[in-house]
Amino acid sequence: MKIAVLVKQVPGSETALPILGNHNWIDEEQVSFVMNPPDNFAIEEALLIKERTGDGEVVIVSMGPARVQKVIREGLAKGADRGIHLEEDGQIQTDPLSIAKSISSILMDENFDLVLTGLQSDDTGMGQTGVLIGEMLGMSTGTLAMETDVQDSAIRVKRELESGWFQWVKLPLPASISIQSGLNTPRYPSLRGIMGAKKKEIKVVSPSDHQTDAISQSIDKVFVPQTSKQTEMIEGNADSAVTRIIEILKSELKVL
Amino acid sequence: MDILVVLEDNRGSLHRMSKEAIAGAQKMGGSISALAIGVNADAMAGELSGVDLTEVITINHDLVSSYNADGYSDVVSQVIKSESPQTIVIGHSYQTRDFMPRVSAKLDIPFIPDIISMDDGIVKQVLNAKLNALVTTSADQVILSFQSATFSEEAMVTGSCLARSIEVNLDSSIVRSEAEDPFQEDAGDVDLESAELIVSIGRGIEKEENISMAFDLAKVLGAEVSASRPVVDSGWVESFRQVGSSGQTVAPKLYFSLGISGAIQHVVGIKGSKNILAINKDPDAPIFEIADYAVVGDLLDIIPKLIEALQTEKDL
Repeated sequence: MKIAVLVKQVPGSETALPILGNHNWIDEEQVSFVMNPPDNFAIEEALLIKERTGDGEVVIVSMGPARVQKVIREGLAKGADRGIHLEEDGQIQTDPLSIAKSISSILMDENFDLVLTGLQSDDTGMGQTGVLIGEMLGMSTGTLAMETDVQDSAIRVKRELESGWFQWVKLPLPASISIQSGLNTPRYPSLRGIMGAKKKEIKVVSPSDHQTDAISQSIDKVFVPQTSKQTEMIEGNADSAVTRIIEILKSELKVL
Repeated sequence: MDILVVLEDNRGSLHRMSKEAIAGAQKMGGSISALAIGVNADAMAGELSGVDLTEVITINHDLVSSYNADGYSDVVSQVIKSESPQTIVIGHSYQTRDFMPRVSAKLDIPFIPDIISMDDGIVKQVLNAKLNALVTTSADQVILSFQSATFSEEAMVTGSCLARSIEVNLDSSIVRSEAEDPFQEDAGDVDLESAELIVSIGRGIEKEENISMAFDLAKVLGAEVSASRPVVDSGWVESFRQVGSSGQTVAPKLYFSLGISGAIQHVVGIKGSKNILAINKDPDAPIFEIADYAVVGDLLDIIPKLIEALQTEKDL
């Protein structure tokens, strides 16, 4: 069983987000990066499937500048076997179609049984890459898997639907599945895993070997949300906040 | 046609987000047709007979009588090829996420998802809703999905339209998946959807042992307790208390959120709240953009004091 897990490195949630002078993205030089949190669940699910089926290979795939090797190594430290780094030399790619074409061109010859992704990225949040790649590689696709069950040449996934509904779907392999957050408990890498990760292979693919020229959509500018909502900021210490809250509940909302 | 609105079947009737998508398309302007697929296609078209649309195209082929990604993406692609809409519009539901990227890849048409505004260009949220982004495309055709409640179903312009059923060619080899019937898990005995007062717990509660303070607050207020996804995933509250795109949608008089950051998937579940009071340590938390009252502070410090003060008020 050969499993590719697509991971992304994204700005951490605690980090401030300074906007570039030309406003078309944030200044990545000034931001600290982390593994895209949903991707942790995809990595864990891949490792669990490998353990359950008894054999196989888990390959961590990521696209981005040199720094993304850090998240590939994190995946390797957790137990993945090798990595593939699609190098990007410019600013962050934001067009799902071209990203998917790049990645598909590299995954194509490897004939993966499964491609797993997190539900979406915490940076652009397009939520399409896994399904686009599935279509481009002729795989069956499923999304928001809350449980997976690999059988002979098929995978059953428990799709999460809205409002507390679910649905089991059986898909023939090869399949591209997006993994919903919370379906498993991502493991921490052991010290041995971290040391071992340094020796595992990361194949680097240069931009000219994967980049497609055509961009079908782009982010022209980013800006702080302007809201017409009137928000009252309740200031002060805990005691004064409590006093104001009681007043709001009693006199303004009349819920006491 | 200018705009094709792809409709979603919500257990026999038109999904709320499909009506919102129609309202959004009408606001964009131009000639608009809708597409209904599946065993309930005629019923959905019937619901739109009094709406201002050119027509509702209905398709009911055996292989797409109920939803599957292979069949739906193939059928929608066929319709786009034969009808050549400039823009394809749909609600940003889980079903849309499941099949629309397949259409995007089949036809090489960009899909711009989860849009929150069309007033001044196409705007979606990025970086966990901390920033908004203006997205542009130079492609001839584009697929747009609208976030829940970006448009309102009440804003659908009335008029009249007829249904037109069309045949599609679908080989059984196209549909590779086998789906079982959808089901609901443990529904619990709490009715969040009609609750008037809700205290909601986010990751800011920090530890399981602090959960009880939220329940104590709810008790003294006479409120129900809900939670964001991470709290449910940690096993600290039951899953039927989850609010958000995967859980319940609520519209209380007061939504009192404790340590919830305001991630998109949570906020779509609370947009209907009449009043939102949010406590969070992070002054940049996106929840403050939609809150009526914002407290930047430590809930672990504030809540015990608030409970005590509320008890005193009650005793007066």
